[in-house]
Amino acid sequence: MNTRRAALELGAPVVLVVGAAFLGMLVSRSTEIYFINALVSVSIVVAIYVFVGNSGVLSFGHISFVAIGVWTAGVLSVPEQEKPAVMPYLFDFLRDTTVGNIPSLIAAGLVGGVFALLVGLPLMRLSGLAAGIATFAVLEITNNILRYYEKVGPGLNTFSSVSETTDLRQAALGAVAVIVAAFAYQRSRFGRQLRATREDPAAARAVGVSIYRQRLGAFALSGFLAGLAGGLYVHFLPLNVDAVSLDLTFITLAMLVIGGSTSLWGAVVGALAVSALDSVLANAENGLELVGRTVEVPAGTRIVVVSALMALVLILRPSGLTGGREFSVDPLWRKLRPS
Amino acid sequence: MITPLASGLTDVLSDAVDLQVQVDAIGLGAIFALMAVGIGLVFGVLRLVNFAYGQLIMAGAFALAYASDRGWPVAVGIALCFAVVIVLSLAMERVVFRPLRSQSPAVMLIATFAVAFLLQSIALLWFGPLGKTAASLAELNRPVTFGDVDIRKIAIVAIASAAVSLGLLVLLLNRTSLGLHMRAAAMDFQTARLVGVRANLVSAGAVLVAGVLAAVVAVLLTVQFPTVTPTFALRETIIVLAGVVVGGMTRLLSATLGGFTIGYVSGVLGGALPTAQSQYLPTFVFGLVILVLLFRPGGLFLRGRAAVERV
Repeated sequence: MNTRRAALELGAPVVLVVGAAFLGMLVSRSTEIYFINALVSVSIVVAIYVFVGNSGVLSFGHISFVAIGVWTAGVLSVPEQEKPAVMPYLFDFLRDTTVGNIPSLIAAGLVGGVFALLVGLPLMRLSGLAAGIATFAVLEITNNILRYYEKVGPGLNTFSSVSETTDLRQAALGAVAVIVAAFAYQRSRFGRQLRATREDPAAARAVGVSIYRQRLGAFALSGFLAGLAGGLYVHFLPLNVDAVSLDLTFITLAMLVIGGSTSLWGAVVGALAVSALDSVLANAENGLELVGRTVEVPAGTRIVVVSALMALVLILRPSGLTGGREFSVDPLWRKLRPS
Repeated sequence: MITPLASGLTDVLSDAVDLQVQVDAIGLGAIFALMAVGIGLVFGVLRLVNFAYGQLIMAGAFALAYASDRGWPVAVGIALCFAVVIVLSLAMERVVFRPLRSQSPAVMLIATFAVAFLLQSIALLWFGPLGKTAASLAELNRPVTFGDVDIRKIAIVAIASAAVSLGLLVLLLNRTSLGLHMRAAAMDFQTARLVGVRANLVSAGAVLVAGVLAAVVAVLLTVQFPTVTPTFALRETIIVLAGVVVGGMTRLLSATLGGFTIGYVSGVLGGALPTAQSQYLPTFVFGLVILVLLFRPGGLFLRGRAAVERV
C-alpha cells in the first residue's frame, strides 16, 4: 500500500513530464521550442517547491539562484575564443576556463547551492513577512550585481554563443532528475521534519525538530536544483539579466500556486498547465488557426490571462488545482468498489 | 591603500551633508512615507500586504499623462488621477481583498502580486512598453534659489503635501467614528466586529484612504519622473515595502517612519555615492534592509520583541 502510494507519487509527475517530451517530438520544429520551455519551467518550479512547498515559507528569492546558475553555466560554456568579444572584463580564471555541457550544468547547480547556503545561513532565522522581504532583497541585490559587475559575466548583454545543448531530451532528463531529487527529499526524514514544521511549528519544535536547520537544508538543496535549472535554461535560450528577474519570479510562483504549492504533483501540473496556456496564447498573439478561422489577440495578452487566472484560482481554490495533494487513485478506487 | 579610501570616505560624507542632497532626500523620504502609510493602513486593518499598491500609482500617473496628452488643464488631470485611483482601489478591495480576507497572509500577498502583474500587463497592452509623458506639472521641477543652494520646487511641494496628508490622516483616525472603527479593527478585527464595527465599511475605508494617498503620490512622482511606463513606481513600491517591514509593520507610525527612513537613506546614498558606485545603489539599500531585519526582525521602530509569528 505504502509502496504503491510512493510509486504513484513519483511515477505520476515523471509520466507527465515524459509524456510532454514525447508529444514534443511529434510536433514541428517551431512548436518544439514551447515544449522545451515548459520542461525547463518544470525544473525551476519543482526547485522552488522543494523549499516553499515543504517549508510553507514564501520565497521571492529563488530566481536569484536560477540567475546564478545561468551565469555560471553561461560563463563556463562560451567558447574561449569568443569570450573577449562577449565578456571583455572577465576575471582571468573565468576567461581561461571553458567546460563541456554536463560539467557546466553540475557547476551551475553547485554554485547555486553554495550561494543559497550562504544566503540562508542568516536568512533562515527569519520568518513570516520579514523572511519574504529579505528574500526579495536577495533577488534585487543579485540582479543589481549581475547587471553591472562585468568581471563575472556579460553585464547587460545577452549570453550569446552558449552551446544550445538543451534539446527536448536534455530538458526532459533534467526535469526528471529534479523531480526525483525533490521526491527523495520529501520522503526522507529531513523532508518529513520540515513538513512537520510547516503544519505546526510549535509541535515540531516540541519533538526536537530544529526549524532553522531543516529550513536551511531545504533552502540549500532547492538552491542547487534552481541553479541546475538555470544551467538548463541558458543552454536553451540566449538570456540576459532581465530574463531572470521579477517577471520570471512572478510566472514561476504563479505556476506553483495555480498547481498547488504543497505537493510535487501540484508543482509539475501547475508548471505544465500554465506553460501550455502561455504557449497557446503566445501563438494566438501571432494569429492562431482555430476551426478554419484565424484568432488573433494583441501582444501582451499572455500575462493578462495568466495573472487573472492566478488571482481567480487563489480566490476560488486557494490550495491550487490539485488541492495541494499528491497524485493518488484512491478516490477512483473507492468509487469502483463501494464499501 | 588606506589614504585614498579615507579621502574617498570624506568626500562621500561631505556630499552626504550637502544641503541640496539633504532636501532632495527628505523630499524622497516624504513621498515614500506617504506610500508607507497607504500600505501600512491596509495592512493594519486587513492584515494584507498590498503588493499592487505601486500599480495604483502607475494607473494614476497614466491618468495624468492622458490628460496632459489631450492638453487638459492641470486641475482636470489631477481630478482624473484621483478618480481613476480611487475607483481602482475600491474595485480591488471588492473583487480580490474581501473574498480573501480569511486566507493566510501568504495567500493574500501572492494574490496582490497577481493583481499587480495584471494591472501592469493591462497598462502594457493599452499604452505600450514606452509609455506616455505627463508634462503638465513639469514646471515644478525647476529650482528656486535660497542663498547659495538650489532647491527644486517639487521637494518643497512633496514635503508640504506629505505633512498635510499625514495631518489630515491623524485627524481622521483620532477624531471621526470611521477612524475609531479602523483603529479598533486594526487592533483586533474579530472583537471589533463583535462590538458592532462593520467589517466591510472599515476595510473599504482603509482602502479608500490608501487610494487617496496613492493618487497624491502619483502626482508627486510624475513631476520627478515624467515618463510613465507600465513599470512606473514598481521599484519604489518594492523599496517602500522593505522599508515598511524594516520599520515595523504592525504599527502605522513605525511603518511610516520605516518608509521615510528608506527613502531618506536612498536619497542620501544616491546623492553622495560616486558615479561608479551609484549603479550599485539597490545593493547598498537592500543590503542594509537585510542587516536591519536580522538584528531587529520585529521592526526597527518598535519597542520590545514582536510576538512569534506562526510561520
